Amino acid sequence: MRELWRQAWTIAHKDLTLEFRSRTAIVSALVFTALVLTVFNFGRDPTAVSTLDLAPSILWVTFTFAAMLALNRAFQLELENQALEGLLISPLDRRSLYWGKLLANLAFVVVVEAVGLPLFVLFFNVAVGHVLLPLLAVIALATVGFVAVGTLFSAMVVRTRFAELLLPVVLFPFLLLPLTYAVQATARLLAGRPLSEVAGWLRLLAAYDIVFVAVASWLFPYTVEE
Amino acid sequence: MVALDDVSFSLTAGQTLAIFGPNGAGKTTLLKVLAGLIRPQAGSARVAGGRSAIGWIGHQSHLYGHLSVRENLLFWASLYGVPRAARGARATDVLARLSLTDRAEQPAWSLSRGLVQRAAIAKALIHDPQVLLLDEPFTGLDLAAAGELRSLLGALRGAGRVVVLATHNVDEGAELATDVAFQVRGRFVQYEPRGGRGPAEIADAYRRAVGETEGGRHA
Repeated sequence: MRELWRQAWTIAHKDLTLEFRSRTAIVSALVFTALVLTVFNFGRDPTAVSTLDLAPSILWVTFTFAAMLALNRAFQLELENQALEGLLISPLDRRSLYWGKLLANLAFVVVVEAVGLPLFVLFFNVAVGHVLLPLLAVIALATVGFVAVGTLFSAMVVRTRFAELLLPVVLFPFLLLPLTYAVQATARLLAGRPLSEVAGWLRLLAAYDIVFVAVASWLFPYTVEE
Repeated sequence: MVALDDVSFSLTAGQTLAIFGPNGAGKTTLLKVLAGLIRPQAGSARVAGGRSAIGWIGHQSHLYGHLSVRENLLFWASLYGVPRAARGARATDVLARLSLTDRAEQPAWSLSRGLVQRAAIAKALIHDPQVLLLDEPFTGLDLAAAGELRSLLGALRGAGRVVVLATHNVDEGAELATDVAFQVRGRFVQYEPRGGRGPAEIADAYRRAVGETEGGRHA
């Protein structure tokens, strides 16, 4: 198990170093996040729908689409000079490859969310100070879930034509559950509802994470075989 | 379509098998089966020591463009389980053997085609593999670099490494080989020790073997 994590960290460290050097995907994701929040801020009619009704959905749509950039990029990196072939020839455990990609994708998405959340608070003028910790818990649990599934699908589609278009199409049906849970939990938190009303959604998110991280780890080796 | 058919051989330490065949003969497929990249539908392939023992040089370099040559080597050394304390010295040694020392800190994307191929060879040697699988390894190398690679492969053979070299160019691999195979349409049509034959004799035998197989197929 220790070797598995060592290899996973080697992969994650390499991916993050490459992203730090090129900065292509992270800059795109951050600009995208800022633009989407800006468009939603100015494109809505505050007299027709209240901010509190709309804000949770906007937050999660923004995070999901921004994360898609990270997920698309995860295995595209390995197509350069067919590095994926080298990884599969090496003694690298396939599960380490998955876990390494998952760690790097999580780091990427966390950066986007760390920038996106303050912008969201600023644009939509929602008070999150009193619910910050539970809100961060919702964001963390939902992020782990959809990045875990997204990393698996990213590997599945990377060798197909139009992988960038295909990934959202195959991935979004699997994101309906965690996004629904996350939106429901976020809406209740922003509305000032008691934490007991949110606990159930958090448990569902945690269950989704456990199931899909386990399933994705198990299936991943089959997705990268030639 | 059958990519490999009735291919059977075994090699021991110090042997170099040169597989010659035209394009589409299944040479790369055979190497991928040996490397564990493709699982054969029937039969089996086994490399002593498993994937850790294999060094691979193929059509692609497997290098990350935004990492320096040294960083690439350290990354692959880590994946192949080279102890952390030994990685730096190992990378320095391999870089020197491939005459890449002064390019070590350059990002891989900035290298010329020939230097990329040298870096790919360095990557294949970083974990001191017992078995080298080489798919057209001379592609992109100038005459001097190709000569250096031949010397290097000769030294590795002398050090007891097993080398399997696939190429369509008989002149490139004949001198290195202890064993020679001609592969046509997935089959070994000839497989025997090289003996005292030189490149010209092997080239003649290759042309005859390929001609007979292809001619027979078209007759």
